[in-house]
Amino acid sequence: MGNISLNQVTKSFGDVQVIPPLDLDINEGEFVVFVGPSGCGKSTLLRLIAGLEDTTSGHISIDGNDATQLPPAKRGLAMVFQSYALYPHMSVRKNIAFPLRMAGLDEAAQTAKIDAAAKALNLTDYLDRKPGQLSGGQRQRVAIGRAIVREPSAFLFDEPLSNLDAALRVGMRLEIMELHEKLKTTMIYVTHDQVEAMTMADKIVVLQAGVIEQVGSPLELYHAPRNKFVAGFIGSPKMNQIEGPEAAKHDATTIGIRPEHLTVSKTEGMWKGRVGVAEHLGSDTFIHVHDTGLMDMMTVRITGDIEARHGDTIYLTPVADQMHRFDEKGLRIA
Amino acid sequence: MATAHSKSAARMMIAPAVFVLLVWMLIPLCMTLYFSFADYRPMRGIFEAWIGFKNYESFLTSSSFMKSLLTTLWMVGGILTITITGGVAMALLLDKPMFGQGIVRILVIAPFFVMPTVSALVWKNMFFNVDNGLFSYAYEFFGAQPFDFLSQAPLLSIVIIVAWQWLPFATLILLTAVQSLDSEKLEAAEIDGAPAFARFRFIILPHLSRAITVVILIQTIFLLSIFAEIFVTTNGAFGTRTLTYLVYQRVLESQNIGLGSAGGIIAVILANIVAIFLMRIVGKNLDN
Amino acid sequence: MARAITTQKKVMWTALAWAFGLMMFFPIMWTFLTSFKTEATAISDPPVWFFFDWTLENYADVQARSNYPKALMNSIIIAVGSTLLGILIAVPAAWSMAFVPSNRTKDILLWMLSTKMLPAVGVLYPLVLLAKWLGVMDSRVLLVVVLMLINLPIIVWMLYTYFREIPGEILEASRMDGASLKDEILYVLTPMALPGIASTILLNIILAWNEAFWTILLTTVDAAPLTKFIASFSAPEGLFYAKLSAASMLAVAPILIMGWFSQKQLVRGLTFGAVK
Repeated sequence: MGNISLNQVTKSFGDVQVIPPLDLDINEGEFVVFVGPSGCGKSTLLRLIAGLEDTTSGHISIDGNDATQLPPAKRGLAMVFQSYALYPHMSVRKNIAFPLRMAGLDEAAQTAKIDAAAKALNLTDYLDRKPGQLSGGQRQRVAIGRAIVREPSAFLFDEPLSNLDAALRVGMRLEIMELHEKLKTTMIYVTHDQVEAMTMADKIVVLQAGVIEQVGSPLELYHAPRNKFVAGFIGSPKMNQIEGPEAAKHDATTIGIRPEHLTVSKTEGMWKGRVGVAEHLGSDTFIHVHDTGLMDMMTVRITGDIEARHGDTIYLTPVADQMHRFDEKGLRIA
Repeated sequence: MATAHSKSAARMMIAPAVFVLLVWMLIPLCMTLYFSFADYRPMRGIFEAWIGFKNYESFLTSSSFMKSLLTTLWMVGGILTITITGGVAMALLLDKPMFGQGIVRILVIAPFFVMPTVSALVWKNMFFNVDNGLFSYAYEFFGAQPFDFLSQAPLLSIVIIVAWQWLPFATLILLTAVQSLDSEKLEAAEIDGAPAFARFRFIILPHLSRAITVVILIQTIFLLSIFAEIFVTTNGAFGTRTLTYLVYQRVLESQNIGLGSAGGIIAVILANIVAIFLMRIVGKNLDN
Repeated sequence: MARAITTQKKVMWTALAWAFGLMMFFPIMWTFLTSFKTEATAISDPPVWFFFDWTLENYADVQARSNYPKALMNSIIIAVGSTLLGILIAVPAAWSMAFVPSNRTKDILLWMLSTKMLPAVGVLYPLVLLAKWLGVMDSRVLLVVVLMLINLPIIVWMLYTYFREIPGEILEASRMDGASLKDEILYVLTPMALPGIASTILLNIILAWNEAFWTILLTTVDAAPLTKFIASFSAPEGLFYAKLSAASMLAVAPILIMGWFSQKQLVRGLTFGAVK
């Protein structure tokens, strides 16, 4: 249950091809995150899997069956929308009951499942309220509840946390991860936030302009990004990417070093620069370094605090085995 | 959302409406077209299937046609003038701060909801009637001779009746437009020293021009088919015979189907010309 | 606006506006008052305003007329019938245009609106002929169908604008939840669009009730609604102002009430969105 395969799937809107031929395998029980910048096609891909859009060519199979021509209702999937898409004229109970009603379950069976889902999601007290009377987080849970009762082979999440404020987002993130632990069902999650991707995923699919740049576990993507785009997208602050003579010294067109893999010193180091803005968070400090001659502005991350004032001279040294090398095509050199 | 399923469902769902309107448009219109080229006068038992454009010739060259065109022009023009100027004035007035605005709106809007036969008869008998109408009492009260509206100024009478009915429509539309006018622009002009009339002419009027155009076009479409008011007051006599009424008489009263049909086609063509302008504006709006 | 609105100005505008409002409403008010007068009082010189012996005899008289109850019934059946028939055809069409638009959607919508511009005289004789041939002349069925056809563009248009305000995602969610098209429209769309549908029905009943071309020319005795019934007062039979007033009030009052609730719908429905 929950194996999904995409085979040479393309999608065009009119004459514009937004997704060139794409292959992807999603295994049972995985938490897969589609991540990428705006317009990269991640939501489109999710909707193709859901059946809300038709593929222009290619096949989608779900649990071994060709689902390409199946309407959304028959694919056995459930989706949580960014805006929750709750039925405003129905109570929470009726919202969650709706898919069960459509499936023809009798009242008793419906009630049992609704009560179970409500208990799991802390919604029991709200069953008789309407969506308009709920907070954002509660609505989110109702949307999830509505998806859970369908017992789908996979859950599809379309940027579910974007409409929540920061504090709520962190809490909901954990709840969704707990849900995955408990249900062990395949989950496909779309987000533009790479932090969500890194913390939640078993497997991340990085997309740009409809093309899969890399598929891998969070740590794989962190340690071994396949190209400059993935290297720059995963990890915050962004990896420093240096071109020119310094890169040539290391037999590459571009070298990359993450801000957390640079050591600093006031007196000596491989690269010399001038301190610009320093962001002191207490737990970490981000220092922006200018005039290195290597790139416009390098970013360094240090645990704890450091005395570095604007204009001070500073020396940076990369940690030896953490340097990434990329060739002239932007691809990783092993 | 666009999938093959939903697209084919969409086609099926829109089909009844399209089919029904298509039939409504094509079949009767084609029949009228057909009859317009025939000489068909059932009361006299005459039927000749094809006489070319003779009906059109005689309709267009008849003195009744030119007169009816003029009558239509005067009627529609008169009603438009009254409703637009009155509508702008009422809209500006209703936009001002006042007490009981909601009720005043209701009072002003009410005439639009009165059925045409009722308003025509009420005006004809209780206001215009030279013996017992209220206007006659008013004239006498001021020491003048009562004015027999319906026989001395029948066209004006009908214009008054219909203008009374449509003034609320124009007012409502123009009020909506006035209320969408950003008050900041007016305040800036006031601060710059512009007097009230200049503010009206250079800021309010241009903003309203689009709404006014829409009102003119929509009202024209409806006014071209005024029927009940004429039917119930003058029956087309005394110079109140519009093009619509002329065609109606040819078809149903004198039963010259061929001639009347030609007239009907001509009316359709004229209405289409107005409609094209309206559709362009509506079409532009649909793009938003 | 920081500047205070002087009460004096407010009073001035109020006076002016009420004056015009009352002037516009006067004919209706006068008809209302006259309906409670005796015929003699109705044409008294000078006219009486409020202080007379109010009587209900005119209302009784009009309602006793053999064709009044029938005319009333006909108006109701024709107005409600044509509206409901129109809704049945228009809801799917509006759904299709609002939620699955295609390149042709705009053109189809404009075309539908253009059918409303067709002058009725252009199709008068064929309709009479067809009606006679089908044996439906002077029948309610005929009028229900004809009035539905002339108002269908407005119904479709209004529903279309209301449907567009519903977030498409909610309908998608229902599809994911296993709803068929019928389920989607019945259990999700219609309840959400109920206010819009109600407004459309309201405006349409008003338009159909007041229609005074086809209802006059396609009926004689059986299907004649109130529009034609009132027209029978046009040939004077002695004193009749009070009765005319009573008949008029009976014909007009329900619509006046409905109309007061539907001002916004009027703007939306009859200007086809060209004015916001």
